[in-house]
Amino acid sequence: MRVEAAPDTARVQPVAAVKAIRRSFSTPIASFFVILLTVLWTIPTVGLLVTSLRPGKDVATSGWWTAFIHPSFTLANYHTVLLEGGFGVSGGLLPYLVNSLAISIPGTLFPVAIAAMAAYALAWVKFRGSDAIFFVIFALQVVPLQMALIPLLQLFSGSIIPGFNVGGTYIPVWIAHTMFAMPLAIFLLHNFIAQLPGDLMEAATVDGASHFRIVRSIVLPLSTPALASFTIFQFLWVWNDLLVALTFAGGSPQIMPLTVRLAQLSGSFGSRWEALTAGAFVSILIPLVVFFALQRYFVRGLLAGSVKG
Amino acid sequence: MTVLTAILADSLLTDTITKFADAFAAIVIFFGVLLLVFFAAARATGRLGRPLTILVFLGPAIVLLLIGLVVPALRTLFLSFQNDDSTRCVAAGNYAWAFTSDSIHQVLLNTLAWIIIAPVLATVLGLAMAVLVDRLKRQAVYKSLIFMPMAISFVGASIIWRFVYEAHDPSQPQIGLLSQIAIWLGAQHPPNWILSHPLNNALLMVIMIWVETGFAMVVLSAAIKAIPTEILEAVHIDGARGGQTFYYVTVPMIRNTLIVVLTTVMITTLKVFDIVRTMTGGNFGTQVLANEMYSQSFVQFNVGRGSALAVILFVAVLPLVGYNIVQLRAERGIR
Repeated sequence: MRVEAAPDTARVQPVAAVKAIRRSFSTPIASFFVILLTVLWTIPTVGLLVTSLRPGKDVATSGWWTAFIHPSFTLANYHTVLLEGGFGVSGGLLPYLVNSLAISIPGTLFPVAIAAMAAYALAWVKFRGSDAIFFVIFALQVVPLQMALIPLLQLFSGSIIPGFNVGGTYIPVWIAHTMFAMPLAIFLLHNFIAQLPGDLMEAATVDGASHFRIVRSIVLPLSTPALASFTIFQFLWVWNDLLVALTFAGGSPQIMPLTVRLAQLSGSFGSRWEALTAGAFVSILIPLVVFFALQRYFVRGLLAGSVKG
Repeated sequence: MTVLTAILADSLLTDTITKFADAFAAIVIFFGVLLLVFFAAARATGRLGRPLTILVFLGPAIVLLLIGLVVPALRTLFLSFQNDDSTRCVAAGNYAWAFTSDSIHQVLLNTLAWIIIAPVLATVLGLAMAVLVDRLKRQAVYKSLIFMPMAISFVGASIIWRFVYEAHDPSQPQIGLLSQIAIWLGAQHPPNWILSHPLNNALLMVIMIWVETGFAMVVLSAAIKAIPTEILEAVHIDGARGGQTFYYVTVPMIRNTLIVVLTTVMITTLKVFDIVRTMTGGNFGTQVLANEMYSQSFVQFNVGRGSALAVILFVAVLPLVGYNIVQLRAERGIR
């Protein structure tokens, strides 16, 4: 997409026509609509947060909206779900939170590094067929993850190459996330890296710098905004992913991330709302912090890219 | 008791440290190998230098794509013509099953409803927000709040909404917001929302709309701001009023972006299985293609049928993504 302006950047003084459009929509009804939609969009999450802070007895017998009339809040639910379990199962969510981090951090860094290298080669080490390769990689975005899951699972569990069995470790999850990230990552980073000033590269080449040196001292420093955008995007994607995690880590609690665990708990212990809401809030806390702190980069990544997976 | 807690905490700590150490070691090894290869390859000069550079930079990505996407996709296509334990060829048998069996009939109908209703509503609401929020004070706050669900996982979103839809017996106080609102509005016995077909399908789609409206709003808002002000100025001088300008200038000018947003949300909707899986597990007449594919493949281990459903999903996505790709290439060609 051509548009690149962040949504909330300071704008230039609007011209009369823009003002006219705004004025014509500037009825009280329009304001009411915006506020109503925003409230509707926010209430479910507020309900989750409030419920997770109420004692279990209150949660089961009264709606969360009554908590504002008779306030009684506690952090006990968080202590319970993180450390003790509290779902009628032993063991809390903390190990799964650790798994989520142990999956997400390498699952973000690996594809960013490999895709940045490939994007540089396709943009600045032109060779016969490099454009065709770029287009094929870009076009691979059409393949849904679902198309690759069964054969990949067979590969990682050793039923295609005997003796190669990495099932039950983080390795399949990391590799799968790295593989599935490639088309979008290479596309986004190529768009950015290809637009870097060519004079710089030429000057460096004339001075006798190798491509490795150019990448290290010119391309990487200049591409920081694009790398940051994609890193945030990929981190949120991996952290929030259920499909890949369920397929490659769903069988072993030792490596299972939060999303998989919560999906299980939601099915079997769905009536313990004070625990389930606290667990859900634990899982959405990190994405929300990342999102609100780095919203601008996230938006930039969204506007530059298209679909993933 | 304290001893037990101490042991528990101790094993938890050991476990945590081990896992972080694993992840850290993987990162160190990965970047170590990368640097080593770089260092070695940078020494090669002369005729070998260039091909080696290309190999080092591009090789890993190509290998990952071949092993991770190209070969598996072809193998899935092959498996879809085999029986469920891949011992014998059944020709188009799995596809015949997919299009004739009654249970899958419902799945395909649900999927069709999903990919029409959810993307259209998300795009319309996103467009309305993009246009209307512009002149409010503190618009960044409204935008952030509408956009926020994008950061939440579909699993998290499903739990949030399952709580909204929670229904208690009418004799007890309701704890789900929807039931309570129904009672405030005068309903005597609000239904058990998740069990009432076909309403439950709409309730699940609400989650998708809740997540994707922010995406539509952000992308469309950027497109609207990218319209050259000269055009708007000219139309204004010609005497068009605001509403007319919106219908005759703004909408046609962002037509391409509108379609890209619509198809993008459609693709996401086609492939999303988290919502249905977390909310109903596909029961009560809410099953969709992506979740059925998962159940067939990894719950019932019907590899042939699962593969056939994956191929159907691929064929359904193909024109949508194809359109987006053509669109993107055309825009980049113009630039």
